Amino acid sequence: MWLRGISGLSLAFLYLPIIVLVVFSFNASRLSAVWQGFSWHWYGVLRHDDALLAAAANSLWVAALSTSIVVLLGVPAAMGLERLRGRGRRSLETIFLLPLVLPEVMMGVALLLFFVMIRWPLSLATVVIGHAAFNLPVVIVMVRARVQKLDPRLEEAARDLGASAWQTFCRITWPLVRPAVLGAALLAFTISLDDFIVTFFVAGPGSTTLPLRVYSMIKSGISPEINALSSVLVLSSMGLVGLSLAFQRR
Amino acid sequence: MNQSSFSVESAAGSRSRFAGFRLLVPGLLWTIVFCLLPMIVVLAVSFATRGTYGGVVWEFSLDNYRDLLHPLYGRIFGQSLLMAGMTTGLCLALGFPLAYYIARLPPRRQALWLVLIMIPFWTNFLVRTYAWIFILRTEGLLNTVLIQLHLISTPLDLLYSNQAVLLGLIYGYLPFMVLPLYVAIERVDPALIEAARDLYADRWSLFRRVLLPLTKPGMIAGCVLVFIPSLGAFLTPDLLGGARSMMVGNLIQHEYLVARDWPLGSALSLVLMLMVMGSLLWYFRAQALQAGTGGGR
Amino acid sequence: MPVSRYVVSVLGVATICLLAWSGCDRSRETHSQGGPGAIATLHYFTWSDYVSPELIHEFEQTHGARVIVDTFSSNEELLAKLQGGATGYDVTVPSDFMVSVMAAQGMLAELDPAALPNLNTLEPHLQHPAFDPMHRYAVPYLWGTVGIGYDSAVVTPPPDSWDVLWDGRYRGRISMLNDQREVFGAVLRSMGQSMNTTDPTMVEAAKQQLIAQKPLVKTYASEHYDQLLASGDVVLAQGWGGPVARAMRDRPSIRYVVPKEGGTIWADCLVVLRASPNKALAMQFINFLIDARVAARTSERLLFAASNREARAWIRKDILENPAVYPPAELIPRMEWMKDVGKAMRIYDRAWTELKMQ
Repeated sequence: MWLRGISGLSLAFLYLPIIVLVVFSFNASRLSAVWQGFSWHWYGVLRHDDALLAAAANSLWVAALSTSIVVLLGVPAAMGLERLRGRGRRSLETIFLLPLVLPEVMMGVALLLFFVMIRWPLSLATVVIGHAAFNLPVVIVMVRARVQKLDPRLEEAARDLGASAWQTFCRITWPLVRPAVLGAALLAFTISLDDFIVTFFVAGPGSTTLPLRVYSMIKSGISPEINALSSVLVLSSMGLVGLSLAFQRR
Repeated sequence: MNQSSFSVESAAGSRSRFAGFRLLVPGLLWTIVFCLLPMIVVLAVSFATRGTYGGVVWEFSLDNYRDLLHPLYGRIFGQSLLMAGMTTGLCLALGFPLAYYIARLPPRRQALWLVLIMIPFWTNFLVRTYAWIFILRTEGLLNTVLIQLHLISTPLDLLYSNQAVLLGLIYGYLPFMVLPLYVAIERVDPALIEAARDLYADRWSLFRRVLLPLTKPGMIAGCVLVFIPSLGAFLTPDLLGGARSMMVGNLIQHEYLVARDWPLGSALSLVLMLMVMGSLLWYFRAQALQAGTGGGR
Repeated sequence: MPVSRYVVSVLGVATICLLAWSGCDRSRETHSQGGPGAIATLHYFTWSDYVSPELIHEFEQTHGARVIVDTFSSNEELLAKLQGGATGYDVTVPSDFMVSVMAAQGMLAELDPAALPNLNTLEPHLQHPAFDPMHRYAVPYLWGTVGIGYDSAVVTPPPDSWDVLWDGRYRGRISMLNDQREVFGAVLRSMGQSMNTTDPTMVEAAKQQLIAQKPLVKTYASEHYDQLLASGDVVLAQGWGGPVARAMRDRPSIRYVVPKEGGTIWADCLVVLRASPNKALAMQFINFLIDARVAARTSERLLFAASNREARAWIRKDILENPAVYPPAELIPRMEWMKDVGKAMRIYDRAWTELKMQ
């Protein structure tokens, strides 16, 4: 019972600032400091702000695409690392974990220098690549933790029974590894949505994501329009969650 | 017949080793190109000198590293390590019950709860942090509620302190701990837990004797995913800590951008990376031990 | 096997998408540089709120061009990105001190005065600013001051010196900027020195004063001090005039003052990048932005002063008379432009770090 209590409290803890920011999206004043009265004003501004909505759409696209890439690269890498024995493994593990350790400013600038050097024009694609680069260790760390616990005898048994590598993966390995992959994908997606520094350095002209727009607002104050946008995102996501719950009941 | 099966096995073994390496290649190439090369650039820059206007002058110099020997930087690193360590520990303490609860839910509900945990982090970081400022400040939500309930008489000074930074870091990195823990706990055979219960184990023994050994890789993964990024955090200390103190992340950010001292910033980054590598070595050692002791098979 | 096919198809889709994107971008670039049929595109790299969709639309209509806006969140990031080699931008908005740095690095294109008739009607103190006297590279766009925002209901008598930030009566309710040059600048001015001094003994003395002040300071904040002023958490805030003017709307007792020892005067300037393929269009855009009526609308919206003195005729009286937006004329000779201090930056850096670690 106490477990449910703690979990409920944790969830409340996670949502407390969200409730605050949703409430302030209805604030009539531009400053999110003092409540000046209820107003739908900022939602109206949001509806007509094409640039911001385009940036939000870009963010979602980049997050989805970079997460797919990073999963496709990371899962085989994690499994490959597991199968490897000997000295090479230690140094390879270090190399794979490097992006996690690099400060973001460094990574952003270095990626920029790299793209300029090979004359690859900056665009949304370079943003996707940048995100995939720093999210890779996240996937590898999470999938490895799971893959380590896999009984290799299961795979060996399948192989002995004549299954090919693909069949072994699909029927044996994947179902066991799936929660880790989905969890890693969820984490990578979330990190990608809110990334600013690396995105700033590798985004091309005309490729804006939401964080680039929002962080730039600090000079004239962050408008409650962002609160409105965040509220819309949160409420629609929760709506989707609710819908799938309802579907499952059937 | 024994001999032939033996040779088939060893052939299969070496084949799988080869196949293992083949799987690695795309990810490895990706990391080498987009991370290792940049790191080498940084290594080179750390031995250069800052130009008058902030560019990089390619004159070899050890000055940057010599400057770092100043005790001031030692204190900054120390403080950051402490903060990151506390964040990791508290995330673990908070995250484990939550992950355990989710892992024990019916399978369909698990995915929904996980998404529910992540949804708050799909909002913008700045707006979220400003919301925390509103909650924690002197005339903010928390103090107002506590005063109304007559639990305190004068407002608590929560914001712009190390405690506020800790709170902000824990808040921001909790999912990074919960997700790996959930993945690890979900794997644990419920029968084992039942058995422990049947043998009258209390919660603490259940955790220490059954859960802890079985979920160690997940715990280590979570700790790595929380410790390293929180070491490099700079926005949270600036906003919630009132920028009254400097953590390593702030310093590196400052050197690269404000001071335009790329050589010093690179030297700092490298020292930070070496420090983190040290803790990662512990991670590898722990993993090796896991594999060595047959890791729960 | 369905799963392996699924994996392969996802991989394929991802690759295709990636290629399509890079392809699209390349084609967009070539298209914009294409023949007479192509629409000229201008890339404006600026602060998020500096553009309003209506103004952009107006320019697009009258000049038959397309304007694409990208944003940055600090001068230093702008410099770092351009230094790293990013191209594709035409017009950007560095602050005054950053203009000298960028010009020294050869990033800026020379301006053609003939294309910028509005240059003739700039405010007097912006006609020959120290950082670019002949407007060779930069056109001042928005300007203002750094001073002290305070709650007149709490802070009595009205402050007139930087020393008020050391007043123990307001312990824990003072905020300073999180900007080493501005914070040191405030102390140095109160000591009668220039904020651009490179004298290590002066910087050291300033540092000691700041360390003495630290227990009184609630936070070092460069962005949300307007919220703190408006909510009453802070009664004295070192800050730029615009945000303080914003706070005045929510709490009318807030006032702004530039201390008698003087403060910083700043100006955000429009520049054309040397790598820009559309220099003529860029200069038309700059001329449009500093036009009296256009600048007036921007100034009213952002609460920063416009560089065109004729814009005053189109700005609301209450904003014109707000010292946080338009400082009184007699104040301006006492103000100082921030200059790059070259090698002495390391001294300031070290002092700032030591201050933070107290």
